[in-house]
Amino acid sequence: MIAQQLLNGLITGSVYALFALGFTLVFGTHKILNLAHGSVFMSGAFAAYFAVLNGLPLWFAMVLAMLCGGLVCYVIELAAFRPLRSRGQIEFAALIASIGANLMISSLAQRISNTKVLRFPFGTFPVQFYTVMGVRISLLQIVIVCVVAILLAGLLFYMYRTSFGRQVRAVSGNERAARLLGVSPNVVFFQTFFISGALAGMAGVLIGLSFNSIHFLMGEPYLLRAFVVVVLGGLGSITGAVVAGLLLGVIQTLTVAYLPTGLSDAIIFSLLFIILLVRPSGLFGSAITATAARRQ
Amino acid sequence: MLAIRDLRAAYDGIEALRGVSLEVQAGAMVALVGANGAGKSTLLNCLSGIVPAAAGSVVFEGEDITRVSAHKIARRGLLHVPEGRQILVDLSVEENLRLGALAARQRARRETMDTVLALFPILKDKLRQQAGALSGGQQQMLAIGRALMGEPRMLLLDEPSLGLAPLVTDQVFAALRTLNAGGLTILLVEQNARRAFLSTSWAYLLDQGTIAKDGPSAALAQDAEVIARYLGHLAAGEG
Ligand SMILES: Nc1ncnc2c1ncn2[C@@H]1O[C@H](COP(=O)(O)OP(=O)(O)OP(=O)(O)O)[C@@H](O)[C@H]1O
Ligand SMILES: [Mg+2]
Repeated sequence: MIAQQLLNGLITGSVYALFALGFTLVFGTHKILNLAHGSVFMSGAFAAYFAVLNGLPLWFAMVLAMLCGGLVCYVIELAAFRPLRSRGQIEFAALIASIGANLMISSLAQRISNTKVLRFPFGTFPVQFYTVMGVRISLLQIVIVCVVAILLAGLLFYMYRTSFGRQVRAVSGNERAARLLGVSPNVVFFQTFFISGALAGMAGVLIGLSFNSIHFLMGEPYLLRAFVVVVLGGLGSITGAVVAGLLLGVIQTLTVAYLPTGLSDAIIFSLLFIILLVRPSGLFGSAITATAARRQ
Repeated sequence: MLAIRDLRAAYDGIEALRGVSLEVQAGAMVALVGANGAGKSTLLNCLSGIVPAAAGSVVFEGEDITRVSAHKIARRGLLHVPEGRQILVDLSVEENLRLGALAARQRARRETMDTVLALFPILKDKLRQQAGALSGGQQQMLAIGRALMGEPRMLLLDEPSLGLAPLVTDQVFAALRTLNAGGLTILLVEQNARRAFLSTSWAYLLDQGTIAKDGPSAALAQDAEVIARYLGHLAAGEG
């Protein structure tokens, strides 16, 4: 039984990680906490829903969701963050701007959906279960794990094996020095925000499929969890986000399964509190905090 | 090569440059000397597009670059090795160098990397190391090498000797003279006026945001006022 819960937890956690990766990418690179990340996630789910409704195959709907998430996220950057950037010191202003963007996108989605919960048509994803060594796993869960693994591998390849990724890491480490070397900040901004949004968009579809429920506020609880994941993993750390995401999924599933209802969040946040007491920069957070300290 | 006319820049209304005019001929190695806070770094930052100019003009190879953004200036071949080196500490030495190649108009060429490693052989053994693990002198060499990867037409150097041991400083300056002898135009900001005069043909003195004096480096080194203001205390302080 515990193996089953562990598996479920890991799969939930992998989606948390996927969602948090984009959040941490933007924060790590640009020091912007994008509180509209939840609505980007939601817009991905919406895009996939309407694609499926219009008879498009699910895989194509997923691609559309990523494109839509990426675009929405980049539009947020263009409309909310870029105008602030020309005035320097934007961290706090960006936080407020992202809350505004979140409200606008959510209200738009509320109008589109008439405040109703949207559900994928029956049969969008085949309900199929396999039993491996006494553990039940659904086809959807297998797909989720594969999708997350592929996207994570893609992200790591991009960040550590391509010139673009090198530029992103350069801007993350020292934007001014990067510009002096010929790195165009706007090109980097486009890439980080687009990727961040695309990952969130895919996470939105996966969650939408898992619960077969899509609504305009579906991103909010995930934003809160992304916070936990990113702080726990270490701000800006990819490895940290993945490990912390999986950890969070497992803890949550186990507490829900074995403890009285309602305790789950209390336990998650107490744990976060304790871990931060011991490791203030999170599990993998040395790099970013060290850079931040060096800047002081 | 580079002509600056009446350049002005300010931080929050406080003027740091009050009309600087200066010229660097192609192939020259020119020094810019001045006390702490004179505005030397501000001037270089203005040239490379990091700090916006409030007035005046910067013309590089016949084209006005006063309002061009920093990355485009770098891609035009005017490369700035900033104060404090500013290497990317979390990236490997090789990654730092490869980033530098971004400014080169052609795609990264294998020869450029070889030339840079021949100039700074110590970097060769450390290509896979994190740049943050290098010593100060090695970081300075990496910062210069990284700029060279961009195949610069002209190099702006901000206090390359900052915090380096004399022996390492000698190595860095020897490399700079080699580069200049190879035809690279260099504008060198230096606190150590004596050393700056020794390695350059022409020098400008910056004082409170304006050029107070300029002339052949050898002549400035003999100038009574310059000796009193810039060489005297150095002679007493740093030997
Ligand atoms: N980012 C900044 N914000 C506000 N004022 C600044 C900033 N940078 C420099 N200044 C001010 O502008 C003036 C010129 O500074 P700058 O750094 O250009 O001098 P410098 O000649 O390079 O000095 P140093 O020899 O110490 O490097 C100084 O008065 C400094 O206090
Ligand atoms: Mg300076």
